Parts: sequence; C-alpha cells; structure tokens
Amino acid sequence: MHASHFFLSAFIYLGAAVLLVPIAHRLGLGSVLGYLIGGAMIGPFVLGWVGGTQGEEAMHFAEFGVVIMLFMIGLELEPARLWRMRGPIFGLGGLQVLLTALSVMGIAMAFGLESKPALATGMILALSSTAIVIQTLQEKALLRTDGGADSFAVLLFQDISVIPMLAVFPLLAASVSKMEHHGWLHELPHWAQPLVTLGAVVAIVIAGQFFVPRGFAILAKTGLRELLTAAALLLIVGVALLMTEVGLSPALGAFVAGVVLAGSHYRHELESNLEPFKGLLLGLFFLAVGASLDFSVIATKPLLVASLVIALITLKALVIYVIATVLKIRGSHRWLLSLALAQGGEFAFALLSMAIQQEIIEAETARLLVAVVALSMAITPLLFIIYERILAPRYTAVSREQRAPDRIDEHAPVILAGFGRFGNFVGRFMMSQGVKVTVLESDPDHVDMLRKFGFKVFYGDATRLDLLHAAGIDQACMLIIALADQAKVARLVAEVREKFPKLRILARAHDYDQRFELMSLGLAAEDAVHEQMGSAQELAVRALRALGKPAYATERAARRWKRYDEETVHLLVPVHEDEDAYASIVRERRIALTQLFEKDLAELPDDSDAGWEIERAEEK
Amino acid sequence: MASVLVLYAHPAPHKSRINRRLAAAAREVAGVTFRDLYEIYPDFLIDVEEEQKLLKEHDVIVFQHPFYWYSAPSLVKEYLDLVLTYGWAYGEGGTALQGKLMLQAISAGGSEEVYCSQGRNRFTIRQLLAPFDQTAFLCGMRYLAPHIVYSANQLADAASIQPFAQRYARLLAALRDETLPLELAASAEKINDLIPA
Repeated sequence: MHASHFFLSAFIYLGAAVLLVPIAHRLGLGSVLGYLIGGAMIGPFVLGWVGGTQGEEAMHFAEFGVVIMLFMIGLELEPARLWRMRGPIFGLGGLQVLLTALSVMGIAMAFGLESKPALATGMILALSSTAIVIQTLQEKALLRTDGGADSFAVLLFQDISVIPMLAVFPLLAASVSKMEHHGWLHELPHWAQPLVTLGAVVAIVIAGQFFVPRGFAILAKTGLRELLTAAALLLIVGVALLMTEVGLSPALGAFVAGVVLAGSHYRHELESNLEPFKGLLLGLFFLAVGASLDFSVIATKPLLVASLVIALITLKALVIYVIATVLKIRGSHRWLLSLALAQGGEFAFALLSMAIQQEIIEAETARLLVAVVALSMAITPLLFIIYERILAPRYTAVSREQRAPDRIDEHAPVILAGFGRFGNFVGRFMMSQGVKVTVLESDPDHVDMLRKFGFKVFYGDATRLDLLHAAGIDQACMLIIALADQAKVARLVAEVREKFPKLRILARAHDYDQRFELMSLGLAAEDAVHEQMGSAQELAVRALRALGKPAYATERAARRWKRYDEETVHLLVPVHEDEDAYASIVRERRIALTQLFEKDLAELPDDSDAGWEIERAEEK
Repeated sequence: MASVLVLYAHPAPHKSRINRRLAAAAREVAGVTFRDLYEIYPDFLIDVEEEQKLLKEHDVIVFQHPFYWYSAPSLVKEYLDLVLTYGWAYGEGGTALQGKLMLQAISAGGSEEVYCSQGRNRFTIRQLLAPFDQTAFLCGMRYLAPHIVYSANQLADAASIQPFAQRYARLLAALRDETLPLELAASAEKINDLIPA
C-alpha cells in the first residue's frame, strides 16, 4: 500500500468516526451504532470510499481490537472471580449455544437444508458479537449489573465453543478430500493435538505468572513509557499468534493472559497503555463491519433479508429468554440478557468463509447469512435502546441512565449531594447530631444498598437543577456538595450560586487548585474543604506518636500547621494563576513554617535553663 | 497496702525537666498506677466512665503537674469538671470517693520564700491550692499537703533533680505502705519533710 493511499484510508476512517460517533452519541444511540453507520456510509455500497479487499484487510486488522478488549476484560477478572462465574459460563452459556444451534439447525432443515450445512449454520448463528455487546454494556455502565455479567459469561462460553466448532467443521465438509489440513498441529497424532493446545494455555499461565511481571519490572526501570506499551502489545500479539497456531481463538488466549495478569502490579499500567489502542481498533472494527454490509444482497432480496434478520433476533432472544426463565433470572436482567445476545457475531464471518472454502454451505447462502449477521449486529444498539427506554423502566433499580429520580417527599434544611466515600461521613455525622439531611446519590446500586442499611437516600443526579428543586433547595439553608467529580462540583456551585445566591454552599475540593476555583466562584475559603487534608494529617499525627512524639503537643502542632496552611491559602488566592508569584509565596511560607516549629521541636537539653515550663508557667 | 493512682499532666513533656524525671521515678514504684493524661487525652476527650472506674479502684489519688498560674494545667481542670460528677463523687448518692486520700505533686518556678504573705506571690502554695483542697473535701476525700519542688527553674542538671525524684518515689511508696503520719500530712504546709528518708 502506498503511503499516500494509507493516509487517505486512515483519513476516511478517522473522519467517519470523528464526524458520526459524536452525532450518534448525542442522539443517545451509543458509539457503536455511530461507527456502524459511519462504516456503512464510507463502505462500497454507499460512498464507496473504502471497501473490497482493502475493507476486509481493515476488518482483519481491527479484529485485534477485540483481542485487546478481551485481554483487558481478563485484567479486571481475577481468577477467583472468574471461578465464581463458572455457573453462568457453563450453565447459561452452554445451554444458549446448544439450544440456539439446535433450533437454527431444525428450522434450516425445515426449509430444506441438509443436516450438515444446517448444523454448521446453527453453530455459526449461535454465536453473538463479543465486541458490540461488551462495548455497549460498558458504555451504558451495564456490564456490572446481573444481566450484564451473565451476558459476559455467555459470550465467554461462546468464545470457548469456537474451538470445538473449528474442529467439527471439517467433518461436516461435503467431501472428505476437501478437508483442509493446515499447520504442523494436524500432522501430529490425534491424541497429541489437545495436549499441545492445553500446553499452549499452560504456557500462557506460567509466563503470565512468572516471567511477564519480571520483564515488565526490567522495562519499567528504563523509565521509557513507550517501551511498556510496546511490551504490552507484544505480549498480546504473541499470545494471539500462539493461539492461532494451536487452533484456539486469539481473543480467548488474550483473555486467559489477562486473567493471569489480573493480580500483577502492572495491571493498571497495562490498562492505561492499552486503552487507546483498544478504543481505536474497536472503532475501526465497527467501521469495518459497517462497511462490509452488502447492500447488493439486501437490495436484491430485501424481504428475505429483513425477515431472516427478524427471525434470527427473535429466535435467539427467545431461546435465551426461555433459558433465563428456567434458570430463574429475574426481571429486567432477563430482558437485557435476551436482547443483548440476540445478534450474530464477528466469528460468524470467519466461520462462514471457512464454510464456503470447505463447501459446507453454498456460497450464495453464505453471502446471505453474512448480510443477515452484519445487519443483526447493526441493529443491536437499537435493541439496547429498546431495553433502556421501554423495558428497563418497568423494573426498578436497573439502569443508571433510565432509572427515574426518586420522588423526594420530605424537605430538610440541608441537602447533601453525594453519599459515596466522602459524603457518607458528612451525612452520617450530621444526622447523628440530629440535623435533617436530604441525601441525593446518583449510583442506583449504592442507593439500594444504603436503603438496606436503613439510610433514607434518594436516587438522582444532584447536578440536575430540577432534582434540586424537587429536593426543596428553595427552602433549604445549605447545600453540601460531596461529589467526587471535580467538574461537576464546580458546575453545580456556579449554577446554584447564580440561582440561589443566599444559599450557603459547602463543597468538597479535590486539591488546592480546586479550592481556589471554588473560592473564585464565591465560596468562603473554609467552605471549600480539601477532601484529603484531614485524614492525611490524622495519619501523620498517628505516625509521629508512634515515633514517640508527645501526643498533645503533636495534636496541637497539627492544628497550628493546618491554621498556617489556611493562612497560606488566603495569601495564594490572589496570585494562584501567576506561577512565579505562587512559587515564591509557597517558598517563603515554607521557610517561615520551619522557623515557627523550630523552637517547639527542640527538646530541652539537660543543662539548659530555657523552656516552655519556665517561660509560661513558673516565673510567677 | 493501699493502691496509688498517679494522674500526671504535662502539656509539653519534652520541655519538662522536673516533672519528666519525677514521672519516670513514679512509674518505677511497684503498686502505683501511672496515667499520663495529656498522652491519653490529647484531644481533651476524657473517658469519664473509665476514669471513674480507676478512681474507684484506688485508695490514694495523686495529681502530678507543674504549678501553672497558681493552679494545674487545663486538662486537670477538664478532668475534675467531667469526672467528679454529681451523684457519683458528691451530692446525693455521691459516695464513690469517700475516705480516699488525695494530694498533689507540683513543681513551682518560685522559691519557697516568695510563696508567703510577705513574698511576691502573697500566698503559700497550700493556700493557693485551696480549690483542690475543697474539691477533695466535698467528695469526702482526705486532702494531704502537696509534694512541692520549689525553684524548678534553678534546677538545671539531672544530678540536682535526682534527689527530688527519689524523694517523690519514697513518698509514693510510703503512701502505698500506709506509713505516713496522716494527721501531720493533712495539716502541714507541704509533705516534703514528712517523707521517710
């Protein structure tokens, strides 16, 4: 590929993403649908800017994004947690793959397909799209809900089940002579092949446990950040290569590697290094899926394609719904699970092209299926929207975005925004002092848990003025903002100051800079409280006492230090945007602070006749 | 054998010369419970129930502290305010402290001479300690004359302080062994001279 050509393609892909994803996001459609639409538009059947073999290349390349994604999911799943998921993975996942494959096979045979191609079709369509489902679940913060976690478990089983499917496919080939044996693995005796596969997985586990962390440690010492990024990519590419070699799915291998490294020190480093690659490649992947939508097939048989897509989604959703009902998965989670997994998956493309090669399925049927699968994937974000807007609201406490704010039926003089790690101390203490506090918290799971503990907490986003109105802000005398998100705190302070200038606002400040910001918005210095200074000082006092410093003197020193720091903040407010003036004041104050404590610090030498006792008390 | 509770109060022990050494000596006396109030309550949040329990368990209560502004450091006042409650230490049903002994061990900046009607401080230390005396009286305790180290700021080195520390330790031992002449100790100006050598 010429460089200019490469740049042109890159420009088109990136341009489609940058233009369409924000629009889709703005319309509440989610980023995945934005990518898919963008892909369809630049694809061969609309604008024709990308496509053909080059589009397929992009797709293959972008599949690496799915591999990275699975690696990163593995990073967040420690083996113990994974082990706890074994029930849903094998129960739910196993049933889903088995029953969907058999149902599709039955229907295909009813429509006149022979048993072998019907079985192949069943297996291919039983798979769902890991990439789209997980990306959408993450984006909508549903991955950690019960429905989201079960969806993930099923997807994991599907990824595992690709292995036996790949093994079974050659057996379904119309003529045995067409069986394509490739690679050294197939030259081994039959009993040895699973051993090699198993050996590869064990190798990943051992390497991940022992060698990779050491390697990272050595690289980390160089201080070259990009080396760690390169090493992370190298690791995943290596795993993907190894897995492909032994006939396993690269995504599955990457997942295993991720799980093994979940406990390592480098987990967060790996995550932050890989995050941009994952995002970009997944985006490219969705663009490529969009571009691969074969509108010619759709155009020639629109009714057939449409009815097949609807049939596929309905059937898959129905199968999961039935299984979920049998397994007593409740309420909205059952709906989420059914709709999330109702599409065909990206593995279908690979399996279908294999099926064509091995003459299991006729080329025309396969192309039809590709179109159906791709369309079903494109429709998935819409299914999520149906779930969020129509189904989830019927059940309580489900979706972060869709759960309606609670009706606030009592008005207290104090409104507390946020009851998380910070706000809960504020609220609990104030309540213990008999002050009535209306608490607003935006994490629905947290709200439900707090209610179990007997706290009266209202669900809702406190940064919404209408909710503050509902909480009685016009009658309250105080708003305490204990939100973790700095930007939200500042925005809320600004808005509330403007609308309710007389209301006393106390806010949690992330750091000195945010204190300055909040003070510039009109908060009193003592009302913009540093979120960590108190506890950090407490720890320091503990430490000093453990070192043998007298308790009361240390306690007093801490308070003096705090007062001194407060004075410094007052001095810094007017100059906090002038870096030099700021630095010079900080320097001066540090020196003065040292002098302030110097006298107190000196222990009295045995033969000295100066000291606190004499000066203050005994010259009477 | 009497049980002795020493309640030590010094806000800046690292700046102390006399009290630090006296405290160290007191800790060594067998049968004495030693409590460093500023170390236990740097936040002034006195655990009243715990302190009452300790007071009840002991026969002799010694407040050891420097003589700040003719009185005790502020934590001692906080202690008396909170721990000696009505209905427990005094008043109706307040008999918890009945019959116990109470005294103070103080270090004073001035010499013995300045603490008299003609001196700069116009009163004797015993006179200045009247509020403590009366507190003990109201709670049914017998108030003994204070142990006093005078001219604390003249005592510079360890060697000159050591005899006082030893004397203080002997006082605590005598209180424990109940060998002090209590009548004399109650009426004396200071307990210093009644301590067995």
